[in-house]
Amino acid sequence: MKSYFPEKVLPYLLVAPSIIIIIIFLVYPFIQAIWGSLIRGGVWGANTRFVGLGNYVELFTSPDYLWTLGRTFMFATFATLGGMAFSLGLAVLLNQRIKGRMFFRTAVIWPYALSPVIAGVLWALLFDPSSGLFTYLAEVMFGLELNWRTDGTLAFIIITIAAAWKNIGYNVVFFLAGLQNVPEQVLESAEVDGASSFQRFWKISIPLISPTIFFLLIMNYLYAFFRTFGLVDVATQGGPGKSTEILTYKLYQDAFVFFDGGSANAQSVLLFIFIVGFTYLQFRYAQRGVFYGS
Amino acid sequence: MGVSRAKWELFKRVALYLTIIVAITIVCFPVIYAAIMSTRDLQGTFRYPPDLMPGNSALSTYSQAWNTVNLGRLMLNSGIVAVSTSIIKITLAMLAAFAIVFFDFRWKYLAFGATFLTQLLPVPVKIVPTFQLMKNFGWVDSYYALTVPYFATATGTFLFRQFFMSVPEDLVDAARVDGCRPMKFLKDILIPLSWNNIGALFLVEFVYMWNRYLWPLVVTESESMRVSQIGIKMLMTTGSINKWNIIMAGAIIVLLPPLVVLLFLQKTFIEGFVMRTGK
Repeated sequence: MKSYFPEKVLPYLLVAPSIIIIIIFLVYPFIQAIWGSLIRGGVWGANTRFVGLGNYVELFTSPDYLWTLGRTFMFATFATLGGMAFSLGLAVLLNQRIKGRMFFRTAVIWPYALSPVIAGVLWALLFDPSSGLFTYLAEVMFGLELNWRTDGTLAFIIITIAAAWKNIGYNVVFFLAGLQNVPEQVLESAEVDGASSFQRFWKISIPLISPTIFFLLIMNYLYAFFRTFGLVDVATQGGPGKSTEILTYKLYQDAFVFFDGGSANAQSVLLFIFIVGFTYLQFRYAQRGVFYGS
Repeated sequence: MGVSRAKWELFKRVALYLTIIVAITIVCFPVIYAAIMSTRDLQGTFRYPPDLMPGNSALSTYSQAWNTVNLGRLMLNSGIVAVSTSIIKITLAMLAAFAIVFFDFRWKYLAFGATFLTQLLPVPVKIVPTFQLMKNFGWVDSYYALTVPYFATATGTFLFRQFFMSVPEDLVDAARVDGCRPMKFLKDILIPLSWNNIGALFLVEFVYMWNRYLWPLVVTESESMRVSQIGIKMLMTTGSINKWNIIMAGAIIVLLPPLVVLLFLQKTFIEGFVMRTGK
């Protein structure tokens, strides 16, 4: 049992600033978003009328929204799995007994500091249709003519690679921390018992770092869902067509370009439901609080 | 037999280092390529077949990137926003965690639970009403809009709570017996013990705030209130073709501050954040 200071009023004063910020800038606007999702009107609420779940019905019967929803899940899944697989491989390599480990770790951690916007422009340059290095290599090596301005699948692949690449630094640091917690003796005794390094990895290391894997799965997924607007906005603007239109991009368009407040609010509330879903999974399966720097 | 085994071991070592170096090169390559691009003149960016030779126009591209979108001002805005928000977030999180761990009061669990809402309610989940709120407050196009809505943090509160709970109870008892007031205890004992957490959190929040894009795009209008991330977008949309050399010069300038903070606080980040959240 922790011993406490006896002050009665002080603790309320200490938590008050955080709580006031949360109520004014988080809870209150969110409640308004819920309310706003039930009404429809002119430019943001002039001549509004109550439509119940009408905005939601409209979203779920609109091919555009369903397409965007599907694209976002695909984008998040590919970026997460691809990025994590590469990062885990790299972390395993760096976890060997090697010289210059600190240097190598620094050499991979730094993309953590980059923004989605930067990731977007870097990969847009590499795949530039007329002078991009990867465009050139694809032509020389495979005879492919890459032009993401007309090829939606390619544009989708590029933003997925950019998102996966951006998270390598973050993933590797957490994987390394996880791998360093795998007890050396267990691995050594398995080796004595004749387990191959492949078996040791799959049967011992992977299960022991499964909390880290799960933590990173959720973080990467949330990242792809909620923090990639800038990447898409600088690289592809959702196009060509709607091939890279992810949920946050559509939300921004509907809210601030088409001024469809009712639909935008409904999309916001649906995003909230996804977050609650992910967070539930995180608590249910990672069995501890896990955070992503908000 | 012995010789070939030694050779095999040597081969494995070499292969390991080579694989690591190749993998790291892949990770670093996009930024290296951007840096090369930023040193060329416009003609040089169209070179075909592309190569990795740097040009000698760095001075001109960097100054063009700096001047065409008033990057100095945008960087200053980003810096003001990132530094002030990080410091305030850390302070508020520390105060809240201090209350939750070292006091017994009726709403402590509710208060702790409430901070989780910052995780459940990111910008896109309430973007239209929050923008309207900014309009009602007259905060659109001001530093207030860019900073204040971010002041509460679940990550920070949780991190400090976890750390404070690990502070030995004797320390608290001794302080109380000595008649040490709570705020003095926080200032003289807890804060000096917390530098690792503070440093790690500063890195996380600084990177997070510096890299914001969607919210600044929504709540700022005038060019003098834009932030550096938006500057990159502005560089991409000036002119009919992409001037990749200038865009990349802008990108390199904008990515430097968080990179420098990361390099300085890397160790603290791993000890104070990764080891605590990722375990």
